[in-house]
Amino acid sequence: MTGTAVDLIWLAPALALLGFVLNGALALARPTAKTAVSIIGAGVLVAAFAVAVAVFSAFTGLHAEEPLVYRYWSWIPVGTLQIDFAIQVDHLSLVMLLVVTGVGSLIHLFSIGYMKEDPGYARYFAYLNLFVFFMLVLVLGASFPVMFVGWEGVGLCSYLLIGFWFTEEANANAGRKAFIMNRIGDFGFMVAMFLIFWSTGSLDFDTVFAHAPTALAAGGTTITAITLFLFLGCTGKSAQIPLYTWLPDAMAGPTPVSALIHAATMVTAGVYLVARCNLLFAMAPVSSAVVAGVGALTALFAATIALKQWDIKRVLAYSTVSQLGYMFVGVGTGAMTAGIFHLVTHAFFKALLFLGSGSVIFAMHRAYHHTHAHDDAQDMRNMGGLARYMPWTATVMWIATLAIAGIPPFAGFFSKDEILTAAYARSAVDRPWLVFWGFGLLAALLTAFYMTRLMLYTFHGPNRTGEKEQPHLHEAPWILTAPLLVLALLSVTGGLLNIPELYHGGTRLEHWLEPVTQASAALVPAVHISTSTEWLLVGIAVAIAVIGIVGAWRLLKPESLVPARSAPEERGFARVLNKAWYVNEIYDALIVRPLVWFSREVLWKFIDQRIIDGATVNGVARGARALGWANRWLQTGQVGVYVAVFVVGVLLLLWRAMT
Amino acid sequence: MLLSPALAISAVLFTLGVAGVLLRRNAIVIFMCVELMLNAVNLTFVALAQNVGLGGQVFVFFVMAVAAAEAAVGLAIILAVYRHKQSVSLQNMNLLRDG
Repeated sequence: MTGTAVDLIWLAPALALLGFVLNGALALARPTAKTAVSIIGAGVLVAAFAVAVAVFSAFTGLHAEEPLVYRYWSWIPVGTLQIDFAIQVDHLSLVMLLVVTGVGSLIHLFSIGYMKEDPGYARYFAYLNLFVFFMLVLVLGASFPVMFVGWEGVGLCSYLLIGFWFTEEANANAGRKAFIMNRIGDFGFMVAMFLIFWSTGSLDFDTVFAHAPTALAAGGTTITAITLFLFLGCTGKSAQIPLYTWLPDAMAGPTPVSALIHAATMVTAGVYLVARCNLLFAMAPVSSAVVAGVGALTALFAATIALKQWDIKRVLAYSTVSQLGYMFVGVGTGAMTAGIFHLVTHAFFKALLFLGSGSVIFAMHRAYHHTHAHDDAQDMRNMGGLARYMPWTATVMWIATLAIAGIPPFAGFFSKDEILTAAYARSAVDRPWLVFWGFGLLAALLTAFYMTRLMLYTFHGPNRTGEKEQPHLHEAPWILTAPLLVLALLSVTGGLLNIPELYHGGTRLEHWLEPVTQASAALVPAVHISTSTEWLLVGIAVAIAVIGIVGAWRLLKPESLVPARSAPEERGFARVLNKAWYVNEIYDALIVRPLVWFSREVLWKFIDQRIIDGATVNGVARGARALGWANRWLQTGQVGVYVAVFVVGVLLLLWRAMT
Repeated sequence: MLLSPALAISAVLFTLGVAGVLLRRNAIVIFMCVELMLNAVNLTFVALAQNVGLGGQVFVFFVMAVAAAEAAVGLAIILAVYRHKQSVSLQNMNLLRDG
């Protein structure tokens, strides 16, 4: 206890939980009380954000170098395993706290307008509040198990919200897919926890990180196993190769959910986990290389798929997977600040892009609703020229596009550039990083290309929505556009958080995170690159982004597109990309179908039906029956025979007793 | 001093009872043989009570009471069976046999 506003940290998750309880009660009792639901749902988030700001300003006043740990109650006391329910306030968790509550508030406000007509309005806000609660537990938890509770909780809320419109089977299946893919990752997280406890004797962050350098040999098998299993958890939650396929399907949920859970906050939990355990990853160079390598590969791979998607949200989903890959390149390289920095700026511009696409879908849906048409409101082939009808949305989405493409001085430029520079610098000592850097650069080119393609097809060229629908296309109400404007402002200025030395900036985020990252900084090989090289790298990155944008602008012809219902199938390589390299089909053939076959033919038809039902259950019954059949001759029904047997029995007993 | 002859008589009586139960068909005769066995046991109790203590004599009263109750119930059953089958021969009573 410090006697300052930092002590109020428990209020932030408690408020979100309160929102869940109240909205959950309303969802059951009075689902039509939408005003109350809106006030509670968004109100608790804004209040939580206020708490976060108060905690942040109080924490800066404390100049604490060590994390402040609040132990509330003993949760799992078992022998030497003592786990308290504890919250940790430090520089890293505060950054996450501000992002989650800040971006979360804006998305809650947006949801008020977006979900207004939905019959499940109260249920929606209850889930969303519950998600924020678990997300705050995740980022504030002071030990692996507490973090794991949040980790599982956000997975649950993700499942509930992806399948929010569960009457459509595809949506329910998408939710299940996300849940199951995450289970695979969670298994890794749990194994990592067991290993950590086995080797350090604790699961609290402070104790583990204090004991790790002495208890574990740097670069040894144990630390490598721990970090690789942790990273398996990250690939599930943060949608990296090989477990990324759930995220594009997760777009089945409402668009604000995609913005909050599947772009800005939950999917970045893996990056947060690596940054939190930066010491462990720095002690395991192999794992760091795996993290950076998987990140770089994912960044490039997902970007190629985004090139040929028609669903506006799917483009953004693959873009998110790709950008998460960048973050992993950052944290895998040891540039923790760069990774977290990109996490923050990505939260701004990707939330903006998703909410912008939500605004577009909202308008499209309304237009189709007016004319009772049943066309796909998310297919870009049905859009085009929307800038004329929704200038605000178009403007803010262009800002976000420039930010994600890495055009200076927008937010994404600084963070992405920092990751690429760090990767390039690392390649001086570790060769593989040159490949990672190349992948990142190529992915940056593709990012600029597919984002410009998205903007071009959605907002420019002729309109393809339909003659009858056009009069009904117009800008969404202010409750939808206002959060967009705030996010646009953040996407423009987000780079100010951490302007590098190159531009005589303060690298403020880097200094801020130093108490968290300093433990690992000594273990990562420090490489200094000359200013001229840095300028060269910046030049290459910007040139690539410009080439991507201009190339897309030149090569793509929105005039030649036709609406989705009359569009021909893609052919050749474009079809491969449109089908996402057939990864889902490959997983289906290699894993799902053999598993289903094994379950059906071996587990069900052989083990269950033959052995358990046949041999065990029915076998016992058959045995009893055979025994009875064999002994039925004893039952003559004649009292005299029974008495005779009885007398013989007694005589036998007497004879036994006497001898 | 009369212990051995008393036990011998009761053994003979008991064996007679058992033989009757095993060999006779008439339910009433079997019933009487059961009574015979009970009284043989009673004789053993009384005889042994001389050496062991009065408990045996007390027990005889219990056996008599139970035997009286048994006689009432048993005769009632035999009567009921007779009304039903017009016979008291045990050979005809095999309802428990299946098939």
